[in-house]
Amino acid sequence: MNTVIMGCGRVGARLAYLFDRAGHTVTVVDRQPEAFARLPADYRGSTRLGTGIDEDVLRAAGIESADLFLAVTNSDNANIMAAQIAKLTFRVARVVVRIYDPDREDTFHQMGLETICPTTLIANRIYESVTQGADVHIAAITLPAVPLVPAAPSGLPASGLDLADDAAETRHNGHLTHTLRQRFFR
Amino acid sequence: MYVIVVGGGKVGYYLTKTLVNEGYEILLIERNPQKVSIWQDRFGSVVQQGDGCEVTTLEQAGAARADVVIAVTGGDEDNLVICQVAKQRFHVRKTIARVNNPKNEDIFRRLGVDVTVSQTNVIRSLIEQTIPDRPLVHLLTLRHNGMEIVETTVSEDSLVVGRQLADIQLPPNVVLSAILRGGEMIIPNGGSVLWAGDEVIAVAERTSEAPLRRLLAGS
Repeated sequence: MNTVIMGCGRVGARLAYLFDRAGHTVTVVDRQPEAFARLPADYRGSTRLGTGIDEDVLRAAGIESADLFLAVTNSDNANIMAAQIAKLTFRVARVVVRIYDPDREDTFHQMGLETICPTTLIANRIYESVTQGADVHIAAITLPAVPLVPAAPSGLPASGLDLADDAAETRHNGHLTHTLRQRFFR
Repeated sequence: MYVIVVGGGKVGYYLTKTLVNEGYEILLIERNPQKVSIWQDRFGSVVQQGDGCEVTTLEQAGAARADVVIAVTGGDEDNLVICQVAKQRFHVRKTIARVNNPKNEDIFRRLGVDVTVSQTNVIRSLIEQTIPDRPLVHLLTLRHNGMEIVETTVSEDSLVVGRQLADIQLPPNVVLSAILRGGEMIIPNGGSVLWAGDEVIAVAERTSEAPLRRLLAGS
C-alpha cells in the first residue's frame, strides 16, 4: 500500500515506522528537516520536506499513486485542508485526519472526512478507567509490538498491521486498527 | 447587513475600518489579545478576542445571523476552515476567503468558499490589463467547471480577420460573447465578421485558452 503521512511528529513518525515495518511504501512529509530525526535508523521509506497543504509538495511525495493519506501534523486546520486536497484533487482511496478540537472534528466528520480526535479519545478513556476503578495505563490504547514479518511483496498487504484488512483488525482488536476504525464517542 | 471579519492583521484592520465607516454592522475576531486591545481602543466593542476557527467563538459572535463571513488571516488553512465551519455549522450565506498561495483559489472554491481573493492573482491580472502585449487577459474566473471570461484583441495576422463567425472553427467550449469595435459593443451572431483591432470577450474553458489565443491573437 502506498502511504503518504503528513507530519513527522511523534504520531507521524510512529505511523511511518509501523507502515514501513509492515512492508508498505511510505513517504513522510514535514516542514522541518529536524522532524525526520524521529524516524528510526532502519526506516526504509522516504521523507519529503515541505508543507502538506501545498499540492506540489504532495505531488512530490507521491500522492498521485497513494492509497492512503494520513494527516497528523499538530495543526488541525492544516490537516483538514490537506485531507480535503488529498480526497478531492488526488482521489486518494483512504484519508484519515487527526483533529484535536472536538467541535471541528465533529464538523468535518459530518462533511465526510474520516476523523480521529485524540482529545475526546484520551479524556474519555481516562474518565472511564478511573470511574471503573481500572488502571489507566493498562486500559490505555497500547500498540502491540510490531510483528517481525518479512516485507510483503509490493502491492500486497503485509501480514502485520493493515488498516484495510479486517482479519488484521480482529487480531489487533483494541489496538491501532481498532482505534482508527471505531469512533468512540458519538 | 451583519459582517464578521476574522483576522485582525493589516487587511482585517483596514477592511473593518472601511466597513464600519460605510455603516455595516461588523465584528472583527482576532486571536492575539494585544492586537485586540489596540483595535478596541480604535473601534470599540466591534472587536472580539478569540480563535475564529472555533465553533464556540463563531457562535458567540452570532455567526448564525451573519450575512457574510470574511476570513483574512495570514494562513490559508485557517481561512479555509473558518469559511467551511461558517457554512457547515452556521449556514452563512456568503463566505469570502483571502488566499495567500494563489494556487489555492481553485481548491477553495471547490470546497465551498463563495469568493476567494488572492492578492497575487489580482496584481497579476492588473499587470496583464496594463501591458497591452499580453494577448489574453483574464477578466473573471467562474466558479464552476474551470470556465473563465477572457479578453483579447484580434491581431492583423490572425487567420480570422475578415471572416464570419459561422466560418471560424473555435476551440471546444468557447463562446464569443461580445465584440468591442470603435467604442461600440456588438453582441455577435454567426454572420458577424471579425476585423483586426476588434476586442473580443469570450467565455472559455481553461484548456481552450491557448488555442483561442493562437487563433485570435496569433502566436
